Amino acid sequence: MSANVAAHDDHHDHGPEKGIVRWIVTTNHKDIGTLYLAFALVMFFVGGTMALIIRSELFEPGMQFVDPQFFNSMTTMHALVMVFGAVMPAFVGLANWQIPMMIGAPDMALPRMNNMSFWMLVAGVLLLASTLFMEGGAPAGGWTLYPPLVLQTGDALPFAIFSVHLLGISSIMGAINVIATIFNMRAPGMTLMKMPLFVWTWLITAFLLIAIMPVFAGAVTMLLTDRFFDTSFFDAAGGGDPVLYQHIFWFFGHPEVYVMILPTFGVASTIIPVFARKPLFGYASMVYATAAIAFLSFIVWAHHMFTVGMPVAGELYFMYATMLIAVPTGVKIFNWTATMWKGAMTFETPMLFSIAFVVLFTMGGFTGLMMAVAPVDFQYHDTYFIVAHFHYTLVPASIFILMAAGYFWLPKWTGNMYNERIGKLHFWLSAISVNILFFPQHFLGLAGMPRRIPDYAVQFADWNMISSIGAFIYGFSQLLFVYIVIDTIRGGTGEKVTDEVWEDAKKHSLEWTLPSPPPYHSFTTPPEKIPTEHF
Amino acid sequence: MSTSDAYYIPHKAVWPVIGTLGLMVTLAGFANYLNGSSIGPAMMIAGLTLFIVMLAGWFTLQAGESESGMYNHGVGISYRMGMMWFIFSEIMFFAVFFGTLWYTRNLSVEWLAGFGDGPGRATNDLLWSGFEGGWPTNGPGEVGGEYEPMGAFGLPLLNTIILLSSGVTCEWAHHGLLKKNRQQLIKGLIATVSLGFLFVLCQAYEYHEAYTEMGLTLGSGIYGSTFFMLTGFHGFHVCVGAIILSVVLFRSWKGHFTPENHFAFEGAAWYWHFVDVVWLGLFIFVYLM
Ligand code: HEM
Ligand SMILES: [Cu+2]
Repeated sequence: MSANVAAHDDHHDHGPEKGIVRWIVTTNHKDIGTLYLAFALVMFFVGGTMALIIRSELFEPGMQFVDPQFFNSMTTMHALVMVFGAVMPAFVGLANWQIPMMIGAPDMALPRMNNMSFWMLVAGVLLLASTLFMEGGAPAGGWTLYPPLVLQTGDALPFAIFSVHLLGISSIMGAINVIATIFNMRAPGMTLMKMPLFVWTWLITAFLLIAIMPVFAGAVTMLLTDRFFDTSFFDAAGGGDPVLYQHIFWFFGHPEVYVMILPTFGVASTIIPVFARKPLFGYASMVYATAAIAFLSFIVWAHHMFTVGMPVAGELYFMYATMLIAVPTGVKIFNWTATMWKGAMTFETPMLFSIAFVVLFTMGGFTGLMMAVAPVDFQYHDTYFIVAHFHYTLVPASIFILMAAGYFWLPKWTGNMYNERIGKLHFWLSAISVNILFFPQHFLGLAGMPRRIPDYAVQFADWNMISSIGAFIYGFSQLLFVYIVIDTIRGGTGEKVTDEVWEDAKKHSLEWTLPSPPPYHSFTTPPEKIPTEHF
Repeated sequence: MSTSDAYYIPHKAVWPVIGTLGLMVTLAGFANYLNGSSIGPAMMIAGLTLFIVMLAGWFTLQAGESESGMYNHGVGISYRMGMMWFIFSEIMFFAVFFGTLWYTRNLSVEWLAGFGDGPGRATNDLLWSGFEGGWPTNGPGEVGGEYEPMGAFGLPLLNTIILLSSGVTCEWAHHGLLKKNRQQLIKGLIATVSLGFLFVLCQAYEYHEAYTEMGLTLGSGIYGSTFFMLTGFHGFHVCVGAIILSVVLFRSWKGHFTPENHFAFEGAAWYWHFVDVVWLGLFIFVYLM
């Protein structure tokens, strides 16, 4: 680790370019972070609109608004947009903003590649979005793109496949950048075990990304050749096997869900100690638990395929291996709770979202554990129960924590305070409606309602209606967040925040030692003192 | 603080956007072409041109900056890490196809043939009775018709020798660079690049044989699929590696690189060794076994 002092190609002008050009050619970690976050927020509403189309159709039994093909396109595109367009980019945006500031670096290690990884993301999403307007409609076989069904897609298929390639390139470049930055740009004295947990979780996430994105790329490449170049990878007549696709996809797919949750854990571990006014409980065990989860995530993939007809030995192995994940996950939940125990807690909006995350994520974890039991998963599989499971792990977990991160760091980034009253309103509306939205889906699933269908038997009507009402409340309350972000950027409450914004935040992490807003290049000379609160 | 001991942070970058645009247009063009639309090829040519312009421009920029001493030790480390993890991602990409070969060959073809106590039995009885499995196979449907599998000795063995020797010449060039022996550096690189392209030529000849004489095509069931995908992606990587090494050769000619500062050479050499090792895997698992 060397002392990294920044040098620039232009010594007279340390500020950004003017106008729109600034955003296109920028290599600055904050600019790129902002681009990622803004893009993710837009995609959150694009994906959200699709979700509301789905929930409108499901408000009542019978066909109301859309035809089944389009409905299936919506479920497929909603998932792809949310995963690859909203959640992942949002965390990359946070990484861009925070990692250099948290480790005392001037910028990311590979600034030009940083720019490219953002634009590759935009290119990938553009290709994906273009499929909505194509002959045969957007992909409608589910976000998992299982053959042989997905091979029946119309003109959209090659576009969707190439979109996955571009998104993969984007993620790999972003991940390489994170790794190089963390290994190479830390300030003197910032040893690995002094890094804030957000940095740690991102480091591990980056390894996951580099290992899995090429796997997804390989899988969809085989779809492409099966459809257009006569290969038989997933065709039994030629000696291939459609189940092979599922194995490859989930080898990617399961770690992929951890790509979305590990940085979530990192942010939660950063926010909770600040508002509990205590060091994080069990720092080292948090690091090891994260690493353990990441490792386990590579050896449990077939828990998504219990009903596909695996040999019994496979069912048993994947069942037990999956259950193991609950151990390090439990360690984390214990540590967050222990951090709050006897803390001098205050409940500002970021803390509210974080506490809700701990509670609601635990619920998602428990349903995961239920589904990990192979024999009973035969009942849950492909029902709304699993929809409820993963939405509990994604919406009140990843999305809530992304909102928390926004409230937590926006004052730092802008120098302005957000409106706490509207923030709290946003929290309570979200926390209540998200449960109205997803909790009934457990009942629907247990009663046997399949996922990915536009119409359903009348006995499911009541819970579906309630779920849809929750969806609309949840969706529209997110507009409050947009309002707050814009308002805060434009001055917020008018109150100027201090460098550390939150009481004693300086003790926890380096970004709070910089001015609010921080200078364009974060640490042009390395910081002298490394915060040691978490020991 | 003088420039040489500070971490260099470029201020703006135009090439990344241009490269992205190039790649996006190329892929959109390719997709259009696959869908049978007539604007596909034109888009692909336009996109590729843009992409190549980007490569040339970006590399020239980097080489210039490197030669004028703007990269300190720390920047060098970042680049090396970048290259290392990029190669790791490539390994994972190849792992998918090796995994596919293993899975089909050892599991799913056997199941289709009714071995094991899994669902294979019924599948075989009901759908493909009479299918006996084994490898190579083009499946119970005999997709693609009669074919002759590719042998290991002859051209593939020769190709193994060619590629392994090119690894040696590449290291020899590296030693030349470290010893400040420019002649050895250039000669070593010329040998490496030539062997690389020779390999590609042999491979092309082998493909030609397969298609015209042996009836072995990409459409020859799972055997043809795995054979051509694995060797094809590898061959593509050999081409890319040889082109990168050609650029390094050109720069060596112009007097670039010092024993301390030669990331481009090192990155290219790592890539080349990676391509080498993949081939060894291919030779063993695709040709020999
Ligand atoms: C204790 C941890 C967890 C366990 C034991 C677990 C277990 C499972 C199982 C067994 C399934 C397959 C159910 C089926 O298809 O029948 C599943 C699906 C899923 N899980 Fe989890 N899970 C856990 C945590 C998470 C987390 C943290 C996330 C995301 C952040 C997540 C996201 C998903 C998604 C997206 C699916 C559905 C994929 C699909 O079929 O479309 N899970 N989980
Ligand atoms: Cu999973």
